[in-house]
Amino acid sequence: MNNNKEHIYSLLEQVCDPEIPVLTILDLGIVRDVICADDQEIEIIITPTYSGCPAMDAIAFDIKLKMLENGFNKVKITYTLNPAWTTDWMTESGKSKLKSYGIAPPQNVSSRINKIMFNEEQNIECPLCHSIHTKLLSEFGSTACKSLYQCNDCKEPFDYFKCH
Amino acid sequence: MNKSSNQLIDYTIYLGDCALILGQRNAEWCAHGPILEQDIAITNITLDLIGQSRNFYQYAAQLINAVENKNATEDSLAYLRMERDFKNLLICELPNGDWAQTVLRQFFFSTFQQLLFEKLKDSPDEHLSAIAVKSIKEINYHIKWSGEWVIRLGDGTEESHNRMISAVNNLWMYTGEFFIAADYENSDLILLKNKWLDKVKDIFDEATLTVPENVFMQTGGKTGNHTEYLGFVLSEMQSLQRTYPGAEW
Repeated sequence: MNNNKEHIYSLLEQVCDPEIPVLTILDLGIVRDVICADDQEIEIIITPTYSGCPAMDAIAFDIKLKMLENGFNKVKITYTLNPAWTTDWMTESGKSKLKSYGIAPPQNVSSRINKIMFNEEQNIECPLCHSIHTKLLSEFGSTACKSLYQCNDCKEPFDYFKCH
Repeated sequence: MNKSSNQLIDYTIYLGDCALILGQRNAEWCAHGPILEQDIAITNITLDLIGQSRNFYQYAAQLINAVENKNATEDSLAYLRMERDFKNLLICELPNGDWAQTVLRQFFFSTFQQLLFEKLKDSPDEHLSAIAVKSIKEINYHIKWSGEWVIRLGDGTEESHNRMISAVNNLWMYTGEFFIAADYENSDLILLKNKWLDKVKDIFDEATLTVPENVFMQTGGKTGNHTEYLGFVLSEMQSLQRTYPGAEW
């Protein structure tokens, strides 16, 4: 049975986030559990990054497809909100993949989110030239999980996967 | 929180309606924001709000179906209810006005939502508690973003300052409703009022704005008595489901 669970995890490792395709759903930490029942039915429990994450339906579909391709016909996807997703669950390999893709990975732990007005996360490393001389352009970026920074040295704007 | 199931359904729908209607209003800014980054910011906030409303509606639908043997879904709650069935706060349905009014409303609402959800977090109802915990993380960004804008405009140019004063005058009378409990709410809601005022005063001080006093407070949204604006919001939002019932995409 354990082998089976490991096998399913190895398949999930092949399912990528539709918006950031270099990351697998395991890298993101959105797979919370896999439950293998005796009758070959498997339940995969996932959690959204943000409440309004529009990728959840696509992710659930991709998981089902991947399982079907590998002979698992009875797959149930369950959504959970508790505990709430955090960037602390992102794997180290996920962070380095993000960086080489041109997105700065979360640099701090989520408990250190700065709530003070006009204070921003400092010293976010530019994924292109690696300078830490960067500034926040907007707290909100191309997707809910990212904010927009600009490098003061190479001048290139870049996405930062914000701590959450 | 020991509520009867009807009260729990109404309360859950109220929370969903506030998020949905404000989200729908903010979405009107899509492609009309003052600059691209801020257009993206307000629509990101919209996405969070609509996500929150979906979570509340999914739970409400589950509760409704358990007691009434109906076939409620998150979509039927959003798209097939009439104006008088909506319980959102009046402030959520008001027209956007200018950027000053939009950001001030977001600041008032998010500050209230944060205080409310900090209490909801400790609710024995594990669904509501989980939605609250999840949402608070998003609301923190909304408060920071909108609060910064209130300061930037209030303490900005003469023009931006005057616009912020108009926004305060237009919106203040709709903030009393936050703290007046409907019969599906706990009466200790009033205890949040001073905490909310303190936060607003902090930001208003920095923004060189004054908190109005002795203003008549309009209520009604929580019990379905809305302004004339909600009907227009719904007719646009619901038109597709009303025209093509059951349409999916």
